[in-house]
Amino acid sequence: MPLEMSSSTEGNTARLSLGGELDGSSAPSFRDAVDKLLQGRPERLVLAVEKLTFMASAGLRILIFAKQKQPTLKIYLLKPQETVVDTLKKTGFYQSVYVVDRDEDING
Amino acid sequence: MKSRMESSGLDSRIDYYPTHEHQGIRFRRGRTLPFGATVVPNGVNFSVFSSAATSCTLVLFRKHEPQPVAEIEFPREFRVGDVYSMIVFDLDYEDLEYGFRFAGPWDERVGHRFDASKIVCDPYARVVGGRDQWLTKPDWDNIYQHRARLAFDDFDWEDDRPLEVPINDLVIYELHTRGFTANPSSKVSAPGTYAGILEKIPYLKRLGVNCVELMPIFEFDEWENSRQHPQTGQLLVNYWGYSTLGFFAPKAGYAATGRFGMQGDEVKNLIKELHRAGIEVILDVVLNHTAEGDHRGPTISFRGIDNKNYYILTPEGYYYNFSGCGNTLNCNHPVVRNMVLDCLRYWAADYHVDGFRFDLASILGRDQNGAPLANPPLLESLALDPVLHKCKLIAEAWDAGGLYQVGSFPAYNRWGEWNGKYRDAVRKFLKGEAGQVGEIATRIQGSPDLYYYRGPTASINFITCHDGFTLRDLFSYNDKHNEANGENNNDGANDNNSWNCGAEGETSDEAVNRLRLQQMKNAFCLLMLSRGVPMILMGDEFGQTQHGNNNSYCQDNELSWLNWGLEQSSGELLRFVRMMIGFRRSNPVLRVPSFYQGRDYVGSGKPDISFHGTQLWSPDFSAGSRCIAFLLCGRHAEGQQRDIYVAVNMYWDGLPYQIPAAPQGERWKVAINTSMRGPDDILETSEAPSIDQQEVIVGPRSIMVLVSAPRA
Repeated sequence: MPLEMSSSTEGNTARLSLGGELDGSSAPSFRDAVDKLLQGRPERLVLAVEKLTFMASAGLRILIFAKQKQPTLKIYLLKPQETVVDTLKKTGFYQSVYVVDRDEDING
Repeated sequence: MKSRMESSGLDSRIDYYPTHEHQGIRFRRGRTLPFGATVVPNGVNFSVFSSAATSCTLVLFRKHEPQPVAEIEFPREFRVGDVYSMIVFDLDYEDLEYGFRFAGPWDERVGHRFDASKIVCDPYARVVGGRDQWLTKPDWDNIYQHRARLAFDDFDWEDDRPLEVPINDLVIYELHTRGFTANPSSKVSAPGTYAGILEKIPYLKRLGVNCVELMPIFEFDEWENSRQHPQTGQLLVNYWGYSTLGFFAPKAGYAATGRFGMQGDEVKNLIKELHRAGIEVILDVVLNHTAEGDHRGPTISFRGIDNKNYYILTPEGYYYNFSGCGNTLNCNHPVVRNMVLDCLRYWAADYHVDGFRFDLASILGRDQNGAPLANPPLLESLALDPVLHKCKLIAEAWDAGGLYQVGSFPAYNRWGEWNGKYRDAVRKFLKGEAGQVGEIATRIQGSPDLYYYRGPTASINFITCHDGFTLRDLFSYNDKHNEANGENNNDGANDNNSWNCGAEGETSDEAVNRLRLQQMKNAFCLLMLSRGVPMILMGDEFGQTQHGNNNSYCQDNELSWLNWGLEQSSGELLRFVRMMIGFRRSNPVLRVPSFYQGRDYVGSGKPDISFHGTQLWSPDFSAGSRCIAFLLCGRHAEGQQRDIYVAVNMYWDGLPYQIPAAPQGERWKVAINTSMRGPDDILETSEAPSIDQQEVIVGPRSIMVLVSAPRA
């Protein structure tokens, strides 16, 4: 299933909604989208991933790289599927992001 | 093939700019170092060496695809000496698999076995694909079975670094990554994986070990030598993994995320979390041979690249077999030596590994003809290497070619050794064999006869390990029972120094089972009371059995997998082991990194150690003796506040032992008595019963440990 993305920025929060599969072939466009959002130096990057069924290592690395480029950036995964959370935990990427179930849980 | 391409508008340095193109792939001359595949600006630098190839071709695949997308021969002008290097552009790093073809002579007698029809794996591959999920049946027609991939250096270590725990403070726990949690009884979410170990970190912390020694995690092929049992039809596989095909790559099939290619991250995360819990990580590394076997084995990598230099060959061009596994790595060849150094430096630096245990390490001291060296360059280099300087280096100081170097391994004041003599002496003593008391007295002191110039920390004391019986089986079987291995019980050691306590195998005889439990306690007790560095085998703490199989290398099933149900049913033993480890950790006198001197050098009025028998000051080292006692003076160890008196009776009847006077103002408390049932077998000093008599009965085949404590 191809990757679907839509993005927006509101104040200090950049938001990217993802659906489908984030695999090796779609990772470059995901990276471009993240790079573009980070140009505005947001404080928070919210990835709404409820409809994302798969995130390959390429996608996870893009998040790690974003964090390393901008250490103060807080990355939120909103409603990730269990398989995604599972991979995050097993590879240690879980500590680099905030996993939340509701928009209200996203704060400074 | 075009050269000097027109500018394509790439904004980059001129030295990272393509100059050639082939099959739509752009490339240029590469950097000779480092070897392997390295991501550089705009591309990937590939570098590989071969002393006798006539040409080398880089073969590029998309992940999992059966046929390559491009094959690029290294132009002659790209070769520097024996090194072929090129930088390739426009690659999808996540989707790339690569290998090489080497053309050259086939002359067995000289040692050349080039075969350009085969695609071989990069010896420096940091990720190897092809066995991404454990025991998933491969496509046997795949032309390139074990495929090199790129690794990415973006793991977030935060502030983690190797723990550098003093070796004298270690309690090592040998474990098999898959076997540790594969059994459903482990109740982990990712059984049989690195992530599975992660979920058991709280258990390891409670147990009190502070170091795990992982059996081989370098990439290997679990399908190697796989077969069906001739009688039962059960699938037998390469379960232990002592057969490396990728020295720089972690085993994908041990990773829950192996199917995503994230085994490197999973291993790093495991190490990071173990460190966070105060637990070091030692890797069991197999550098003595490769998975290619002898002349009948597959060409996976080394044989097709530089057979003559990677392997120790006979004058006729066959493979010396000092490993017992078909071939022997030519470790003291300068080029191979460098590869070994690069490998270990990589694991130390990129994976934060705390140390290495070298399988069949004596091979690393043989020269290029197989003869033992007095001053092996590789062992010296490893001992003095700056990157490895804080790593523990532990040798299994023997090989399968008859070289036995326990006590004489070229140490350079750094190498420790698996002390096989400790193992044998303790087993014999616990069996009740005659004539063992003298040697036991030496072994519990840290083996000064072997390591006088090194100190007791050179002695890795163990009673069991993956080779041989589990501790429970050591006291349950007189003989090995390896029928399940399909080799007519001909495999595995025969000299086990085991004793079944009166019945062979499982029994309902309560007296036999009580004795077995007591013997296991005796074993742990002696091990933790000995100077040196103790190592225990996973599962021994709750009485894991392999039903008498002492060579479970091929058993990927419940025989080898830890039975976590025993954690509950063997609670008495588990509690004893946990508290015994705690006893060692809270008594620094047991962990001093120097030998006892047998004299008073602090003016306490007592020597640091004194030996006794059933009578004070009269140790009985005669052949018929099975009794020994020793007194440790606490004032001879910094941080130690109490004396310890240990009475060991391996006779089959209880015996009275004279007890020395307690220090002034103190009395003796019975902290440990293996003849008692739990919870009275081991107690905190504050809860232990005190004794004021001058004599105590030590039960048959048991150990009593008294500690001094202030009179209330």
